[in-house]
Amino acid sequence: MMALELKNLYDDFRDGETIKAYAQIIAEDAKKLKNPINIMEVCGGHTHTIMKFGLLQLMPDNVNFIHGPGCPVCIMPKERIDHAYVLAMQEDVILVTLGDMIKVPGSNGSLQDARAKGADVRFVYSPMECIKIAQENPDKTVVFFAIGFETTTPMTAVLVEHVIKQKIPNILFHINHVTVPEVMVELIDSRDVHVDSYNNRIDAFLGPSHVSVISGSKIYDKFPKDYGRPVVVSGFEPVDVMQGISMLVKQFIEERCELEIQYKRVVNHEGNLNAQKLINTYFEKMDLFRWRGLGNVPESGLKLKDEFASLDAEVVYKDVLPIAEIEDHKLCICGDILRGMAKPTECTIFGTACKPTTPIGSCMVSSEGACAAYYKYGNLI
Amino acid sequence: MCLSIPSKVVKISDDKTMCTVDTMGVERDANLMMMGDDDIQVGDYVLLHIGFVMNKIDEKEAMVSIETYKEILEIMDEDERRKTILDDDECPNRSE
Ligand code: SF4
Ligand code: SF4
Repeated sequence: MMALELKNLYDDFRDGETIKAYAQIIAEDAKKLKNPINIMEVCGGHTHTIMKFGLLQLMPDNVNFIHGPGCPVCIMPKERIDHAYVLAMQEDVILVTLGDMIKVPGSNGSLQDARAKGADVRFVYSPMECIKIAQENPDKTVVFFAIGFETTTPMTAVLVEHVIKQKIPNILFHINHVTVPEVMVELIDSRDVHVDSYNNRIDAFLGPSHVSVISGSKIYDKFPKDYGRPVVVSGFEPVDVMQGISMLVKQFIEERCELEIQYKRVVNHEGNLNAQKLINTYFEKMDLFRWRGLGNVPESGLKLKDEFASLDAEVVYKDVLPIAEIEDHKLCICGDILRGMAKPTECTIFGTACKPTTPIGSCMVSSEGACAAYYKYGNLI
Repeated sequence: MCLSIPSKVVKISDDKTMCTVDTMGVERDANLMMMGDDDIQVGDYVLLHIGFVMNKIDEKEAMVSIETYKEILEIMDEDERRKTILDDDECPNRSE
């Protein structure tokens, strides 16, 4: 067997011939499907790959996609962004967050707007950069506006641990970490209530691989078992996605309903136990987290445990943070898109009032959102 | 933002908290604090995300996937060959 090289990891998983070969397999298998199937790709990383590599066009008519919640950036409700904005506007605060947050509009504007007004907002590649910023600005408080699914949560936990162990006095946290299985349950449940009145329903899930790198595939155990929805945890490269879809189609024709891992090269059932330990040391579940486009989802968000409240910017700055919930634009149908009841192109302001440069709803905000992907790759089907 | 790129570990710091990785010829530093003490060795392939090593890429599994793809391609070629021959057989214009 040849040795692995980085080149294999890029080229082989993007190989056009292999993608076509899988398309052929899927097309052949799909002829044996009794009913059409709707696959939800939970994560925008998959949506992005599907659109960028034109995988949608390679699907037979009876294999459909429902574009899921997408991205931690796009699902951030406006009131949380308003928190970031208000914190950034505090005189003694340096607000630090990850790059993708820059253009997401809150009700007063985006963080980019706050910066234009003189706020000290910094976008970092890694949370650990907060340490240097804090050391260089001892008279300021660095607030790390933490975002992300299970994938990024342990990285925030490492920073929390550093702050505690090194006794760094001027770093606080505003935690917006959310969890994937809970929102999947919400999407199934809210669908099934209306099952008679909508065309689409979620028959199966393509699980995001990088969430499972941390959490293991075990977080999806209940979907085949309790909800009758097969899950294939799949990588983000186009060949990975095609193989993942092919595995799902095979399950349907063989009348199986299982949890399978396509992305075995990094994901196993248990996940990264060190990372999980870090998360459990510092975080606990919130009762509710409001998702942009979807509303309240029980137990889908994390917060710092009470014993670390002195590091929690939401506690420390309680008096200045707004509490109102802010709804999305009336015409925006992100909720329906995420629930699999509508396609981006069915939104009346898609591509007109709502564009990546002037996003109105969550699906257009991040480049990985469904509306943004449809817009960018001009795939207007 | 969760997309992460495979990289190769080229150096590990003495205290094992940091490493240097090579991502398609670009070297950069990555934090190792999410991994166990001896989980990562020089020469391993890893997934990186926002400055942290998230996990190791299992070389055997990666090779198995790559081999599977190649097998599919070969079968496909054969299928295609057979199809061409069959199509040819069934060609109505073919002379007796
Ligand atoms: S940030 Fe991107 S890759 Fe990560 S979960 Fe969201 S859409 Fe997926
Ligand atoms: S096009 Fe814009 S407004 Fe319409 S659903 Fe998508 S994000 Fe919402």
